[in-house]
Amino acid sequence: MKLNRIINDPNLVVEDAIEGYVAAHPEFFSKTNHERVLKYPSIPQQGKVGIVTGGGSGHEPAFLGYVGKNMVDAVAIGEIFSSPTAGAFLDAMKAADGGAGVACLYGNYAGDNMNVKMAVKKAAAAGITVKTVVANDDVASAPITEKEKRRGVAGEILMWKVGGAAAAAGYDLDGVIAAAQKAIDNCRSIGVGLSSCIIPAVGHPNFNIDNGMMEVGIGHHGEPGINVVPLQPAKEMAATMLEPILTEGIFEAGSEVVVLVSGLGATPTMELYIYYAEVDRILKEKGVKVHRSYVGNYFTSLEMMGVTLSMMKLDDELKKLVDAPVHSLGMVQG
Amino acid sequence: MSEVVVIKNGVDVVNDLINVIVSNRDYLSEIDGAIGDGDHGINMAKGFNICKTRIDGKELTLSEALAELSDSLMEGIGGSMGPLYGCIFTGWSDSIQGKTELTKEDVQAMLVNGMSELQDISPAQKGDKCLVDTLFPAVETFQQAVKDGKTFKEALNIMKDAAAKGRDSTKDLVAKIGRASRLGERSKGVLDAGATSCCLLVTQLADSLEARIK
Repeated sequence: MKLNRIINDPNLVVEDAIEGYVAAHPEFFSKTNHERVLKYPSIPQQGKVGIVTGGGSGHEPAFLGYVGKNMVDAVAIGEIFSSPTAGAFLDAMKAADGGAGVACLYGNYAGDNMNVKMAVKKAAAAGITVKTVVANDDVASAPITEKEKRRGVAGEILMWKVGGAAAAAGYDLDGVIAAAQKAIDNCRSIGVGLSSCIIPAVGHPNFNIDNGMMEVGIGHHGEPGINVVPLQPAKEMAATMLEPILTEGIFEAGSEVVVLVSGLGATPTMELYIYYAEVDRILKEKGVKVHRSYVGNYFTSLEMMGVTLSMMKLDDELKKLVDAPVHSLGMVQG
Repeated sequence: MSEVVVIKNGVDVVNDLINVIVSNRDYLSEIDGAIGDGDHGINMAKGFNICKTRIDGKELTLSEALAELSDSLMEGIGGSMGPLYGCIFTGWSDSIQGKTELTKEDVQAMLVNGMSELQDISPAQKGDKCLVDTLFPAVETFQQAVKDGKTFKEALNIMKDAAAKGRDSTKDLVAKIGRASRLGERSKGVLDAGATSCCLLVTQLADSLEARIK
């Protein structure tokens, strides 16, 4: 079957997309010496902690879309669903370093862990101090007793928001790391998938979800979830997804939270709002106060149909950092 | 006089490794498709082909050619396989620097060093359903064969058998590492793509060395 996509060459989709991002948004993206590293134009900023992230492509606007003012300074870009190289992470760290060290805030995947580890070692040899926070907000990917195995998903955006705001506010490296770590520790996420997705170079669906079914707890690359159940109305879907998040016990009546609802690529925005209304209703019933909400395509999985729900519990510090202005392709505020 | 492998141009040996991966591109992707993204062959062939363009027509020691292969994978493909195979080949390359003749003890040291470089960046263990299930038994049996006084050729063949058995053992394993580990019991019943590509590489290395025993 012919791949119905707007591409030139299935093997060059990442290269071609980067060209488009840079051409369309010179206000956010400058090229670097590394073709798989983009940076915010006014970076490095002397004395400010640099914020770096990176990950596989296919999740747009993540990861590159969060490069911007008061958020991520430089990004390493991988193949579709595949970690960037250690060299790309290293060059992003070099691009972001303004002499105050670099916070590398990324998601918990085997490839990213290895490539970041190698890059941190090489950065140290080059005289750059890099500290890391590894996001593990996906409650469906492992039980709480094995939290170190959990994947990082859309909660990473809140980690970048908090870390970026902390760096902009003049926090030192340890302070930025502590704030980003607190953000992700206070964050829980879960996804539901309704359809599969196609990596262009592979050419056929990555996995299968039967029509009329939904996979609860699906990962950002189609990793299997907790179970596959018949498709539910938005109202029940919201309850199904909130249940494993709320049973973790960190969101109680009276808690103030940020809610982030993201489509997985093929979900109409309208439906994300239908879904959000149900989440909001249930949280009100439970006495959980939504301080701020984000609804849209923030962290996608190519053309997968589905939705992810992320919640972060706030304290005074996190509230201030979340409310700080930000200007990036994926998030504009203030 | 102990047997040695004489390697006039290391590029020839590494080209053998490149060819075995590139010619199995679709097979490796197909295996990966059962429990992974289905892109293992695509990514591996991409990285190995990058190496081909870097070394073709050159005269290099095996150590230099393996270093090129390592760089091509680490810088060319990223993901998990870039660093994993990159570290293995770095380990191989580092331990035979400057050598054009290899004794079986040299080959043993090379294989062991590749294994320890890998262990530096990955916590993977035997039984996790990954390339370690092929690599570790291959290296360990080669070590044992050398210790037992087997000939170079015998040791290489014992290693090939162990690699194939290791690869086949992944069929009944539940993945404990990498993306397939999210499948739990559902990852059973199919070969691991990394263990399969590792078996192709170890087997090809053994064949290429054997053909050069003097």
